[in-house]
Amino acid sequence: MPWSRRNILFHSVLTDTLVRWILRAGAVISALVMLLILIFLLIESWPVLGQITPTRFFTDASWHPLEGAYNLMPMLSGTLLASVGALLLAIPLGIASALFIIFYAPAFFVLPYQRLIELLAGIPSVVFGFWGLTTLVPLINQFHPPGASLLAAIFVLTLMILPTITLTTHSALKAVPDEFLHGAAALGLSRWGMIYGVVFPAAHAGIVAGIILAAGRAIGETMAVLMVAGNVVQHPQGLFDPIRTLAANIALEMAYAMDDHRAVLFVSGLLLMILVMMLSAMAGKIGKHKYV
Amino acid sequence: MSESKRIFLIGLVSFVVGLGWFSDAASAASQRLVLTGSSTVAPLVGEIARQFESLNPGVRIDVQTGGSSRGINDARNGIADIGMVSRALKTNEKDLLAFTIALDGISVILHANNPVVALSKQQIADIYTGKITNWKTIGGPDARITVVNKAEGRSTLELFLQYFQLRNSQIKPHIIIGDNPQGIKTVIGNPHAIGYVSIGAAEYEAERGAPIRLLALDGIDASVANVHSGAFPLSRPLNLVSTHDPQELTRRFIMFARSQQVHALVEAQYFVPLGVD
Repeated sequence: MPWSRRNILFHSVLTDTLVRWILRAGAVISALVMLLILIFLLIESWPVLGQITPTRFFTDASWHPLEGAYNLMPMLSGTLLASVGALLLAIPLGIASALFIIFYAPAFFVLPYQRLIELLAGIPSVVFGFWGLTTLVPLINQFHPPGASLLAAIFVLTLMILPTITLTTHSALKAVPDEFLHGAAALGLSRWGMIYGVVFPAAHAGIVAGIILAAGRAIGETMAVLMVAGNVVQHPQGLFDPIRTLAANIALEMAYAMDDHRAVLFVSGLLLMILVMMLSAMAGKIGKHKYV
Repeated sequence: MSESKRIFLIGLVSFVVGLGWFSDAASAASQRLVLTGSSTVAPLVGEIARQFESLNPGVRIDVQTGGSSRGINDARNGIADIGMVSRALKTNEKDLLAFTIALDGISVILHANNPVVALSKQQIADIYTGKITNWKTIGGPDARITVVNKAEGRSTLELFLQYFQLRNSQIKPHIIIGDNPQGIKTVIGNPHAIGYVSIGAAEYEAERGAPIRLLALDGIDASVANVHSGAFPLSRPLNLVSTHDPQELTRRFIMFARSQQVHALVEAQYFVPLGVD
C-alpha cells in the first residue's frame, strides 16, 4: 500500500510530533471552552449568588426578579415536564419508524421515507414555533383556553426530537452486525423475535445515546417553546396550563435585564447547564452497559 | 438574538477601544461621546449612534444603560455628555434641557371578532388583576378572558404598569410574551385574548389586515397620530437630556437624532418618530 511504504521511507518524527501537538492543542482548547463557559456563567451570576442564600431559588414566593423574588423551581419543573412529555411521545414513535425503515418497509419506500425524516430533522425550530403559534395553540384553545400550554410545548418538542431519535436509532440498528441477523434467521426466529431478542440488545447503547441527545435538545430548545408554552411562571396543574422553561426564561428577559435581574438570569443558565451535565453523565453510565 | 448582538457589540467596542488606544498614541485623539440612561431609549440610540459614527469617521459613541434616573444624574454631573430619559422631565429637573427624539405609546388590543369595543381604565386593570375573568361581565360573549402580559424588564410592561398603577406581581397572566409581533400573533390566534403592544407595531399589522382591534382609551383612539399629537394618554416621550448649552459634538448628535434621517430607525423599534423639523 502506498501510504505504508511512504511511512517507511519517510521517517517523519517531526510530522508525528507536530500532529501530536496540534491534536493536543485542539483537545485542550475544546476542554477549555467548556470550562470557560462554566466560569463565565459563575462570574456573571456572582452578583446574585454571592449576595443571597441559594435556598431562595427554591423557597421564594414567585419569580418577579424586579421585585426581588427569584424562585426558579416552577421553571425547572416546566422544563422537565415538557421534555419528559415529549420523550414519552417521541421515543416509541421514533423507534417504531426506525424499525419500519429497516425491517418492514417495502424497498421502493425506504429512500423517500428516510429523506423525509432527514428533512424533518433539518427544519429550523422557529418554523415549528410559528406553526405552533398560529395553528396548534388556537386549536388547543378551542378545547381548553388559553391554548398556549404544556401540551402545546410537548407537541412541538415531539416534532423536533422525533427525527433525531429516528435517525440515531436507525444508524444504531444498521450497525448491528449482519452475522447476528443471519444467526438469528438460522435459528428460525420470527422477525419480531429477532428484533426483540437480538437487535435491540445489540443496538441498546446507540439507541439510548440517541434518546439522550434528543433529551438534551428538548431541554435546551428555546424559540419554539417560547412561542407556544405561554411562559407563565407556575407549577402546572395539568396539561392545559401554561409553563415557562429555563431556556425560554433567558430568551424572554435577557434583552432588557439589568444588574441583579441579569445576574439571576445567568443563574438560570447555570441551572440549565447543570441539568445537561447530569444528563450527559447519565449517558456515560448507560453507554458502559453494552449488550445487556 | 439581541443578547448575542450585545456581546458582539461589547467585543466590537473593546476592539475599537483597543484600536482607538493605538491611534491615540500614534496620532490625534478621536472625538468621544458618552450616553447613559434608560434601557428603553438605549437600543434606539445605539442604532442612531452607529449611523452617526459611520457618517462621522473618528467619532466614537459609547451607549450605556442604567435607567432614566442614572441618565439624569450622569448628565448633571458631567459623567455622561447626554442622558437618556424615557419620560418627561420633572419640575425639579428643569436645570437640564430635554430633546425628544421619539414617542412611545402602547395600545390594548383585542381580536377583531370580539364584540367589546371600549373598556374603561378600571375594567382593564380588573381584567389584568384577575377580578374580571369572563367577557360576559363586560358585555362580551360567555368566554374566559385570556390575559396576555409582557415579560419582565420590557419597557412596554413598565409603561403599562405605571399607567394602571399596578405591580407586576398583581397581574394574573395566562400567556407571557416577549416582543410585539409575538403578542399580535397570540391575539390573532385567540379570539378571547386581551394584550398590549407598542402602538406602532399594532397599527402596522392592523393596516395590513391582521384581525386585531386597537382599543380606544379614555375615548381617544389608539393611533400613531394621537400619540404624535400628545392626546393619547398611554404614551411617553423618549428624551435626550443635556446641560444647558450643549457642546459642539453633543449638539451635532442631538440634531442628528432628531432629524428625518433616523425616522426609519425609530420606526424599526416600533416607536413614533417626531414630525419633520
